[in-house]
Amino acid sequence: MIQADLNVILPEIVLAAFAMLALVGAVYTGKDKTAPAIVWATGILMLGLAVWIGTRGTATTVAFNGMFIDDSFARFAKVAILLSAASVLVMSQEYMQRRGILRFEYPLLVALAAVGMMMMVSAGDLMSLYMGLELQSLALYVVASLRRDSLKSTEAGLKYFVLGALSSGLLLYGASLVYGYSGTTLFSGIIQTAVHGEVSLGLLFGLIFLISGLAFKVSAVPFHMWTPDVYEGSPTPVTAFFATAPKVAAMGLFARLMHDAFGAAVSDWSQVIALIAVASMFLGAVAAIGQTDIKRLMAYSSIAHMGFALMGLAAGTELGVQAMLIYMAIYATMNVGTFAFILTMERDGAPVTDIRALNQYARRQPGRALAMLILMFSLAGVPPMLGFFGKFYVLRAAYEAGLGWLAVAGVVASVIGAFYYLRIVYYMYFGEEGHEIEANGSPVLWGFLMASAAVMLLGVINMFGVEGAAAAAAATLVN
Amino acid sequence: MADFFTTTYLGIALLTLGQILLLVLPLMVALAFLMYADRKIWAAVQLRRGPNVVGVFGLLQSFADLLKYVVKEVVFPAGADKAVFLLAPMVSLVMALIAWAVIPFNDGWVISDINVAILYVMAISSLEVYGVIMGGWASNSKYPFLGSLRSAAQMISYEVSLGLIIIGVIISTGSMNFGDIVNAQRGDFGLFSWYWLPHFPMVFLFFISALAETNRPPFDLPEAESELVAGYQVEYSSTPFLLFMIGELVAVVLMCALVSLLFLGGWLSPIPGLPDGILWMIAKMLVVFFMFAMIKAITPRYRYDQLMRLGWKVFLPFSLVWVVFVSFAAKFDWFWGAFARWSTGG
Amino acid sequence: MTVFSFYLFALSAIAGGFFTVVSRQPVHSVLWLILAFLSSAGLFVLLGAEFVAMLLVIVYVGAVAVLFLFVVMMLDVDFAELKAEMARYMPLALLIGLVILMQFVMAFGAWEANEAAEGLRTQVMPVDRHNTEALGMILYDQYFLLFQLAGLILLVAMIGAIVLTLRHRQDVKRQDVVAQMMRDPAKAMELRDVKPGQGL
Repeated sequence: MIQADLNVILPEIVLAAFAMLALVGAVYTGKDKTAPAIVWATGILMLGLAVWIGTRGTATTVAFNGMFIDDSFARFAKVAILLSAASVLVMSQEYMQRRGILRFEYPLLVALAAVGMMMMVSAGDLMSLYMGLELQSLALYVVASLRRDSLKSTEAGLKYFVLGALSSGLLLYGASLVYGYSGTTLFSGIIQTAVHGEVSLGLLFGLIFLISGLAFKVSAVPFHMWTPDVYEGSPTPVTAFFATAPKVAAMGLFARLMHDAFGAAVSDWSQVIALIAVASMFLGAVAAIGQTDIKRLMAYSSIAHMGFALMGLAAGTELGVQAMLIYMAIYATMNVGTFAFILTMERDGAPVTDIRALNQYARRQPGRALAMLILMFSLAGVPPMLGFFGKFYVLRAAYEAGLGWLAVAGVVASVIGAFYYLRIVYYMYFGEEGHEIEANGSPVLWGFLMASAAVMLLGVINMFGVEGAAAAAAATLVN
Repeated sequence: MADFFTTTYLGIALLTLGQILLLVLPLMVALAFLMYADRKIWAAVQLRRGPNVVGVFGLLQSFADLLKYVVKEVVFPAGADKAVFLLAPMVSLVMALIAWAVIPFNDGWVISDINVAILYVMAISSLEVYGVIMGGWASNSKYPFLGSLRSAAQMISYEVSLGLIIIGVIISTGSMNFGDIVNAQRGDFGLFSWYWLPHFPMVFLFFISALAETNRPPFDLPEAESELVAGYQVEYSSTPFLLFMIGELVAVVLMCALVSLLFLGGWLSPIPGLPDGILWMIAKMLVVFFMFAMIKAITPRYRYDQLMRLGWKVFLPFSLVWVVFVSFAAKFDWFWGAFARWSTGG
Repeated sequence: MTVFSFYLFALSAIAGGFFTVVSRQPVHSVLWLILAFLSSAGLFVLLGAEFVAMLLVIVYVGAVAVLFLFVVMMLDVDFAELKAEMARYMPLALLIGLVILMQFVMAFGAWEANEAAEGLRTQVMPVDRHNTEALGMILYDQYFLLFQLAGLILLVAMIGAIVLTLRHRQDVKRQDVVAQMMRDPAKAMELRDVKPGQGL
């Protein structure tokens, strides 16, 4: 039995073992001098694992007495997680090295966080859910304060840690209530206790606490307060990481928990999530308007995007899950490109995050400005960019699930939100002449920016097959 | 009559009380002479005479000291936290004494024959640190506070490797009961069947860790007189001081008992054919105690960073590797089953 | 006897918890907390889970509480100020607490054993098996995955602590034990013939 089980979690084992070996190796050899090599090795390994997982077939396997589920849904999420983590890692190498904050522990913490995320999306039990979540969060707390001599970075880490611990507490409390009222921590067992779609009051309490804890992890309103500060304070590559892989993982976990454990009581949680979704979309759209710091702006942007993704989840249907997966994949791709651009923004060697520094950028770097324009349009959801299709899918899913008001709210929020994305474009093309910023950065960063923009344009043709994969993934989750 | 002691609450209470007295009284008397022996050995190494005035050869010296401590005045430093100040030496002594509840002196000669005996001893010895910390803090004085901080760090550090070494023995035996551990060391080769041979390097690690755990020289940093006057005991006088001292010595004797139970076969006879019995146990404890006393006399005190280095960088990795080694040796029956004695013991 | 012990331990656990909260002196709070830990260890023994009880004492009392005590003894916090801060938010906190309490009264009032849940409960361990062994079986067999994950989490915590605090200082003199042991008189000292009145 154990042999077969270990086979199922082989990708996770490989990644964790690599992290531990690299850790020992680096400690006993060059320490931080080995960091660039480890960054690239970790990135390549993640890429390899993503390919491996992506081609692992379509079977659904349950291992460790139901605690670990390997199905198309998990594999889809894992591929997205690994790819975005790998790209962010590779992007961050040059930036961090130049600023002297590239420690060899950084790629390894990211790798261990990725292991935690893979566990999260594969969780089949409240306990493995919590373990994965905690493994991921703990690593994230540390990387948030990686620039330990900077007050803002340590503040970011501390804030993230304290609030994260609080949310973990909420989550655990909910989990214990669910366990108390259902008698089991297995998702497959919990779903059996909801007879005829009726969920007992205590189980409902547990569910609410679980949703609160997870909403914190995806930074959805009203548990979003940490996001702007953490995004602003953390080193930019770390912010890029926060905005991509953990969001995909937390969203995947959210969907898995709701459908696997509480799939019999969709009506009970769908309205709660719909409410969270609306609040996130509007707060993200409105609050970002006043921001001039691009990292804070991206924080509010991610809150709004999470609202849209949650809209797909709120639909509670197969189409909804499919829409959410597509949305997350597109979102991660857009963010990778956008952050690649933000990483290049600097003046006199110091990073700049003020969006007014982008004035007249298009005149100096027309190609790059065009790429950024495409990304911004895509983030705002302007057709014919790929971002529009992501929004279109979730809106359709919500509408078809009878949540017409939610879809309407989504459209309104997206129109409001478009303002601040377009403002960046405005600055780049029509801004006043002002302080110039240098467009430094390695070819790697430019490559990611261009590739991401190209995906936004060319993806319109067939979405690179993501649609079909997401449909298959959603089908295994919702049945 | 026999029913009275096994069925009624009063009977059980009386029986337990009797057993406790039977253990504690001889222990206390023995302690008086062990303290005397400690000083005599120390003196002999340094070519002094040691205590030689009270009684024949100074044999009654400890009793004179006892009287002296008891009749003196208890001094409370200004600003001391009185309750904690008095609680600390009591904790120190009580913790040292209650660990003896699970120590057998012969097959079945034990107050409480529990399954997790060795864990119990570990738990209690991890509590002993509180006496020191509380005493140092409650004195409201610099040196005691520094002494208690040192001691807390030291005891926690060495507890880790102590625990890991014990895990090796537990793996070999398959039980955490002292009776099982000793019986697992029974074999055809007398003293060569005992655990000291397969677990050879660990005997020394255990012994040294025990020195650190009980704050004995060369690891007596909490009371390093050249730096901290007398460490956490500076402000103590009279009976509370006596309690600290007795507590410390009881802990030392307990460690002697542990070494002889875990590695030296407890009450088993070293030569095949001779009868086992309590005398062997006591003899082994005395031998170990002699080593404790000799170490005190012949080694210079460690510096604090050296102590920490030894604990975390030498002992911890070594004992960790040893646990892995023992696990494999036990599982795959290496060395003619010297590491796996599940059939004979537990 | 068992009943008596239960009430004794339960009472002292509650008392310990209570005084942990109300005690003015933070060091006393930690000491009360230790009492609460020890009492709960006693309750575990009464339940027949002596292994868990001993681990509770070793881990929580022997290690965690010592660190607490360390930190609390070193801290110089003005607790009066903290209390004043707390008093400011007290009404709001009380309100929220009250609402949650009421919700829970409602929830627990509606408690009913779910029929489907009955069959899902984890089996009680067979009596003939020693509870330490049973625990080992669960931990290393059934929950093997979680055990390893917990190990990874601890590893991350360790890496994190080192990443955030370790600074390699260049200006300190380090002791190289091996080099020290390899020293011999020939390397360590030099004999010079000093002529009177000349010096070196």
